[in-house]
Amino acid sequence: MSAPILNVKDLNKSFGAVTAAHDISVAIQPGTCTGLIGTNGAGKTTFVNMITGYLKPDTGSIEFNGQNITKMTPRDISRIGVTRSFQIPQLYASMTTLENLEMGFGVLALMRNKRGLFVGSDKPVPGYGNQTIRQLAEEAMERFGLSAFRDQVTRTLPGGTRKLIDIAMAMATKPKVLLLDEPTSGVSSEEKFDIMDMVMRVVKADGTTVLFVEHDMEIVSQHADRVLAFYDGTIIVDEPPESALKNELVLQYIVGNTQALSTTGQNDA
Amino acid sequence: MSADKTVIRFAGFLLALLLCASFIPQWGLFMLTIVLANGLVVLGCLLFLRAGLVSFGQALYFCFGAYTTGLAANFLNVTDVFLLLLMSAVTSGIMAWLLGVLLSKYRAIFFGLLSMAFSMILYGLLAKTESLGSTDGFNVPAVTILGYEPSSESVRVSILAVAALLALLAVSFGQAFLKSPMGLLLTAIRDNEIRVEYMGASAQKTIHTIYVIGGVFAGLAGSIVAVSVGHIDPTMAVWTTSGEFVFITIMGGIGSVIAPFLGALAFGIIHTVAFSESPNTWQLVLGTALIGIIYILPDGLWSLLSRLRGDKK
Repeated sequence: MSAPILNVKDLNKSFGAVTAAHDISVAIQPGTCTGLIGTNGAGKTTFVNMITGYLKPDTGSIEFNGQNITKMTPRDISRIGVTRSFQIPQLYASMTTLENLEMGFGVLALMRNKRGLFVGSDKPVPGYGNQTIRQLAEEAMERFGLSAFRDQVTRTLPGGTRKLIDIAMAMATKPKVLLLDEPTSGVSSEEKFDIMDMVMRVVKADGTTVLFVEHDMEIVSQHADRVLAFYDGTIIVDEPPESALKNELVLQYIVGNTQALSTTGQNDA
Repeated sequence: MSADKTVIRFAGFLLALLLCASFIPQWGLFMLTIVLANGLVVLGCLLFLRAGLVSFGQALYFCFGAYTTGLAANFLNVTDVFLLLLMSAVTSGIMAWLLGVLLSKYRAIFFGLLSMAFSMILYGLLAKTESLGSTDGFNVPAVTILGYEPSSESVRVSILAVAALLALLAVSFGQAFLKSPMGLLLTAIRDNEIRVEYMGASAQKTIHTIYVIGGVFAGLAGSIVAVSVGHIDPTMAVWTTSGEFVFITIMGGIGSVIAPFLGALAFGIIHTVAFSESPNTWQLVLGTALIGIIYILPDGLWSLLSRLRGDKK
């Protein structure tokens, strides 16, 4: 087995009297796809927030490729190759889809070129051959099926499309690890399978390691090759989906509750 | 409109202005110099507003640049206008960099009021410093331009030419900056700072950068005003001066790097006409004009030009 790309050790996080993470330890292998399941408030989003620097753990450590990232800022963590999408898409609402993605690749150009202050969208992005910011943005739109929304301002777009743009923007940073926080929440049941198929096709083609928070067990079983089941701030099950989704603890604490929640349309806090 | 076209059109306008200078009365040349200087400060305010920030403290750098020029001309006997401009740009830039370390951490009303507080500190210091003339300020001696000593008849047009050159350079720089990833980030910061950070960019560093650029522009403008008026005093740092810059920013709009100069021209004309026709109530006229512009053209005077040209945005 190769060295883990992400190594989380004894992670603890409390919000006052509420324990959101309790002694969480897990190692993620490169190129894998891990599904994070659990009821609302189980600690999944807190786990994602801690890995991506949005929250700092009270104790414990997070290593990415052997580098300790526990106290790093979201910006620095993104720069070294760990980024995320959000439950509520975080887009530049006044910009078009193209402009949102150009911004992503523009930042990449800015970071990779010391003279990047004046790299125009018609200039090549260092490390991408002769491809310009515009070409990379167009290509990303094509890969995520967003070309039809190229010139539409993102605040006017439907939820599913906004989710895809959010993920496409995360992928624009060329991450080695991508954390997807409920990529299909708020999306119609017909759309969510298409969205996940599209996202997984792209991230797997790029060899990106993926961790995704998901309430739909069918999607988890389709795409995950490992399942981490959260309950009350701890990981209660860590198994492949075939066994994890039949595990008694999962059936008792998660599946029943999740199904109940999905019928009421609630999302994770 | 491409970057080059915007800059070329602005250069053409300035060139036409200078070619017609002999037909413009002295007071008109003076007013146009002040218009270009104000436009320079407002170009900095435009960058802030693109990032969703409003500074009520640009008068700090405006005054700092003017005092640098005044002090260098009086105490170091520097007479060359370009050297004076350079000195003002450097001192204002350093001041903006230092204060920017703190200010770049703040957003919204906190950014606006903190910037105003610093400018009022400078005003207080200058007003209480007797050696610098306290509230009376002091005179700035006549300047030379690369060894050329303008006569009393040509001094106005000469300084206007220098101001025009500065404005052109600032517009060229501003246009290139706004088209760069860092320039595009300004709108991104206004829209969603969380996403900016998760893209790996630094909102704070970007705001610090534009704060320094804005400080340098304001310092240059202060220097031009100092040599043009021939006198400086602490009111250049007072918050109402900063308010005028914000006023012009809203008047012109933020749609183009030319908009600040359009706003400054409108402000200059309304101010001059209102002051001569109604010296006791000119602020009333100015205020009414701004309300009218906001009501009819919420995106500023620039949007009128865009509309006439048939731009989509």
